[in-house]
Amino acid sequence: MKLSEILSQDAIIPQLRSGTRDGAIQELLEVLLRVDELSPQDGGQILQALIEREANGSTGFGKGVAVPHCQHWAVKKTTLAIGRSSEGLDFNSLDKGPVYSMLLLLSPANDQDRHLQGMELIFRHLQRASFRDGLRQASTREAVLELVAGIEA
Amino acid sequence: MSQGTSADRQELTKQVRIPNSLGLHARPAMQLVDLANRFEASLQIGKGEQLVDAKSIMQVMTLAATQGTKLTLSAIGADASQALSAMTELIAEGFGEE
Repeated sequence: MKLSEILSQDAIIPQLRSGTRDGAIQELLEVLLRVDELSPQDGGQILQALIEREANGSTGFGKGVAVPHCQHWAVKKTTLAIGRSSEGLDFNSLDKGPVYSMLLLLSPANDQDRHLQGMELIFRHLQRASFRDGLRQASTREAVLELVAGIEA
Repeated sequence: MSQGTSADRQELTKQVRIPNSLGLHARPAMQLVDLANRFEASLQIGKGEQLVDAKSIMQVMTLAATQGTKLTLSAIGADASQALSAMTELIAEGFGEE
């Protein structure tokens, strides 16, 4: 599995409009729903699950990144969306710092292996300061795609 | 790893298996990292050839340990033995999951 395989070109928001955690999750989820051709009902359930997940334990893992994630039966394949906030979002992160990059992962409900592989892939790259800094600075969709292509070259 | 003569420089290890059906996903990973950070000892988790720092959530998330995966916990430091016991217990309980 590669980032470029799960990240859709249309699921990148270089400048999130929303300044709140839940607003930003919804904004990013909306583009993923279109990419994955999911119904508004499924979208509503997924949004609720994502927000509940944050309430139970933040996915703001520190160092300016958050990885909201959810498995749902209507999701057919593992897909990733990336959103950037230049002001930073309050995710109640582990290190209490603001979140500048959001990586939202949706996976099918019945494929735990693939879900864990998707998370592994994301964190393998997020561990590297150069990737985190690159994401934070990538102000256009092309810049994000270039960054992702670059790390897998 | 340096081999000191004093007891607290010795590396202790323990093997565990992930029992819960969802595996080591984000929530249990955070529980484990939280627990690890309560100890002074240097703590690592190994899966096959891969070795990660048990106190770093970013690293622990790269284990992608599914149900049944065998992990090796290792600890060096004054409270190494307590740390290993506590971590083993948390994992054996399946992080409170099925």
